[in-house]
Amino acid sequence: MAQHSLGEFEELVLLMVAALHDEAYGVSILSGLEKELGKSLNVSAVHVALKRMEDKDFVKSRFGGITEDRGGRRKKYYVITALGKRVLDEQFALRNNIYNRIPKISFG
Amino acid sequence: MKNSPPKRPLQFLRWFCREDYLEEIEGDLIEVFGREVEDSPSKAKWKLSWSVLKYFRPGFIRSFSNSNQFSPMGMYKSYFKIGWRNLLHNKGYSLLNIVGLAIGMMVAIVNGLWIWHEFSYNKYFDNYDRIAQVVEVGLDLEEGGTYTYNSMTYPLGADLVEKYNHQFKRLARASPQQEKILTAGEIKTTSLGLYVDEEGPELFSLKMLEGTRAGLAEMNSVMLAKSVADALFGSKEPINQTIRINNKTDVVVSGVFEDFPQNTEFSEVKFFAPWSLYVSENKWIQERALTDLRNHFLEIYVEIEKGNTFESVSSQIKSALQFAPEDLEDAKKREAELALYPMSDWHLHPAEVRDGQMEPMLMLKLVGAIGAFVLALACINFVNLSTARAEKRAKEIGIRKAIGSFRSQLIGQFFTESFLVVIFSFILALILTVLVLPGFNQIATKNMEIPLGNGWFWVASFGFVTFTSLLAGFYPALYLSSFNPIRALKGSFRIGRFASLPRKVLVVFQFSISVILIIGTIVVYRQIQYAKDRPVGYDREGLIMMRKQSADFNGKYDVLRQELKNTGVVSEVSESMGSITQIYSGNDGWDWKDRKPEDEGDFATLSVSHLHGKTVGWQFVDGRDFDLNIASDSLGIVINESALERMNLQDPVGELVSWTWRGDENKVLNYKILGVIKDMVMASPYEPARPTMFYLKGHNGTPNWVNIKINPQVSASEALAEIESVFKKVIPTVPFEYKFADEEYAAKFGKEERIANMAFIFAGLAIVISCLGLLGLASFVAETRTKEIGIRKVLGASVAGLWAMLSKEFVWLVFISCLVAAPLSYYLMDGWLQNFIYRTDLSIWVFVATGVGAIGITLLTVSYQGVKTALMNPVNSLKSE
Repeated sequence: MAQHSLGEFEELVLLMVAALHDEAYGVSILSGLEKELGKSLNVSAVHVALKRMEDKDFVKSRFGGITEDRGGRRKKYYVITALGKRVLDEQFALRNNIYNRIPKISFG
Repeated sequence: MKNSPPKRPLQFLRWFCREDYLEEIEGDLIEVFGREVEDSPSKAKWKLSWSVLKYFRPGFIRSFSNSNQFSPMGMYKSYFKIGWRNLLHNKGYSLLNIVGLAIGMMVAIVNGLWIWHEFSYNKYFDNYDRIAQVVEVGLDLEEGGTYTYNSMTYPLGADLVEKYNHQFKRLARASPQQEKILTAGEIKTTSLGLYVDEEGPELFSLKMLEGTRAGLAEMNSVMLAKSVADALFGSKEPINQTIRINNKTDVVVSGVFEDFPQNTEFSEVKFFAPWSLYVSENKWIQERALTDLRNHFLEIYVEIEKGNTFESVSSQIKSALQFAPEDLEDAKKREAELALYPMSDWHLHPAEVRDGQMEPMLMLKLVGAIGAFVLALACINFVNLSTARAEKRAKEIGIRKAIGSFRSQLIGQFFTESFLVVIFSFILALILTVLVLPGFNQIATKNMEIPLGNGWFWVASFGFVTFTSLLAGFYPALYLSSFNPIRALKGSFRIGRFASLPRKVLVVFQFSISVILIIGTIVVYRQIQYAKDRPVGYDREGLIMMRKQSADFNGKYDVLRQELKNTGVVSEVSESMGSITQIYSGNDGWDWKDRKPEDEGDFATLSVSHLHGKTVGWQFVDGRDFDLNIASDSLGIVINESALERMNLQDPVGELVSWTWRGDENKVLNYKILGVIKDMVMASPYEPARPTMFYLKGHNGTPNWVNIKINPQVSASEALAEIESVFKKVIPTVPFEYKFADEEYAAKFGKEERIANMAFIFAGLAIVISCLGLLGLASFVAETRTKEIGIRKVLGASVAGLWAMLSKEFVWLVFISCLVAAPLSYYLMDGWLQNFIYRTDLSIWVFVATGVGAIGITLLTVSYQGVKTALMNPVNSLKSE
């Protein structure tokens, strides 16, 4: 499963891409994650994760239209691929499975 | 705007980041910055810079090694493909270009080889850079500058051998080059040779084919060149065979060496004999020269030690020079001292340049300049044809630029095209050079060859091709690539009125050079003709001369003369000291009535036999020839007109003249003038005749030439056969060798004629190249004006009028060239003519004739196109739109 490995931060970014569906581009992913995690991130970290996952075929990208507030640069939108979704599902199932095996322990 | 993102980090990002990521990253960074700049601009800027730095990591940095992401080889291939198609597409122009360039390059190659050949002189010797000749140098008090004198006395030679030998590695005294008869059994040959010290063969690094370099240890030994050994012995083994020198001295062959190549100082030397033999053969050396400080007759060659310099050795030996007491004061004035004259200077910096001759270095510079100019002319053709056709290629260039071609790529394209043309031209030029080199060698009397096996030749060739492509392609590449793509594509592109100005200037330059070369050639030919037309003062027809090569002639002259006269093919025979075509000796000590005190009384002197005047055809202006029947004529003298003028005698015949002969204890001889003859051209035909005294043999000087006048009624070949049979009967031990006086005389013009012939060839090629260019330009102009001419014809223009219109421009240019060339060539040729005392004038007609000729050739060249275009049916030129 080497080629399907998914790092922790990558998983977060992939989740965000899937969540934002069709509206996911660098800055929207960044601000979404910042809001969820409650801390500030560097946009370069997002880009690095995106490029890695694109190489692994978990996401695919397309260019959007030109917008004013980006100095005339186009946005690059990302969507999750079927493979990406499956990896995410497997990851979720794996965690859920193990989580469900936790006996009911009270820390009260 | 204050809140705009910082430029530097983004520039940095753009520089390193992969192109396919760049837009997204830059956009996101700017967007993030836009959100944060409201809170704190400086923090936002820092953050952006920090982010940019974080992208500086593998995966985001673009590949710098190959920024185009594809191999540039394809681009180069395309350059060549397009260049090749362009050549094929315009076959006519390409041919003009290639042929013109090939001719220019051929001239450059030949001239380059020539210069290389001149520099190769004497490099044959192993110790080339350590060999020198011992010479006397000092101030030339009469003509200014310094003099170099290479003839040394016997005592000086002995001194150097005994006292100074530690300064040299090797030292060899040598005789001047001697012509000797070598006899082996029945076979005789005449060869030049040197008598040298034992170390001579080692010093000159003879390439021994048989025997060793130590072959001159024995006094009666000789070393022969291969050619002479073959001539004397054929396939027989030459070593230890006995040959006889001048039918007198028997010597044993101790070695055979490879003949010296033509580009060496000793190329004519075919044998070496020991110095001791020279001394023993010449009694006068033992009798008079051993202690005589005034008798200069030998040459001294030395090889210095490795690591030593000529300067330091020179300074060690400079005071070795000794003088006779009576010359001491004069020598001090001249600051005479000994010096070493390095072998590397012998050929290109000769000690003495004779009047009317060109210094070798100057000659080389001239050759180099001509080669460079002719090559430049050919390059100009290329430049002119390329830029003239620019309009045709404007669209191509426009499209190339529009689809993203950089200017540097276009320049590469055009350089590739010029490189292609130059490569083809170079191959053609090499073939041409191989073809013309034998003929050229004959004219230049050289034996140059293309060093195809020499790696440096190919390195130089590659450099030459690159240089020529840059020279030819430089301007077109910059000019063509500078077009504005929008204007070129809209079709509004027009070459302005002044765009053709550089082209016109170049044409004027071309024709100026050509016209200068032509005028130069004509002037050289005229000068030669002028000197040839000069009255010679004697009759060269059927006059043959024979040098008395050995003592075998002694006492045979009267018999020879009588026998020759008996055959009837000879009308007269005489003897003289020195041949007719040279001045052999001169003496001072002459005195006559009313001699001015400042006149030193030095005249050329020639001892002759009776009837010499009749043999060579003296032309008397006063008095009479020597008469066999008048005994007192033995103290008579015949002078030439120049001598008469110098002596300034009113009534010369019968005047008394005295001659104090220093060589013989100041004996005074008293002569009476018998007659005055017209000046004879004996020395240089470009100089006035020397004042000359002719006296009968018997007093001083031994006649060493026999002159034979062939009976004018008999053909030369018939007469020669008869003369030969008589000669073989009378003097069988000497080879029958003779010279024709008219051939010897003609040889005096050899050097100038060679220059003239070469100038003629180069001038011809220059004009051919220039005309090729003009032909190309004319056809181009005619082509672009086809429609205009069609309309003109429809409106009623005459063919003659159109022809004049098309030719006028070019004729103008050539006319301007003539105006430029005339003063320049006048200046140059006037300077050249100053070398000659006896010289032609620079007639205005030379310039006029050359100008008319150049314009005529131009008209011929451009008229072909002009008339062709003017005759075209206007329907054909107008219907296609």
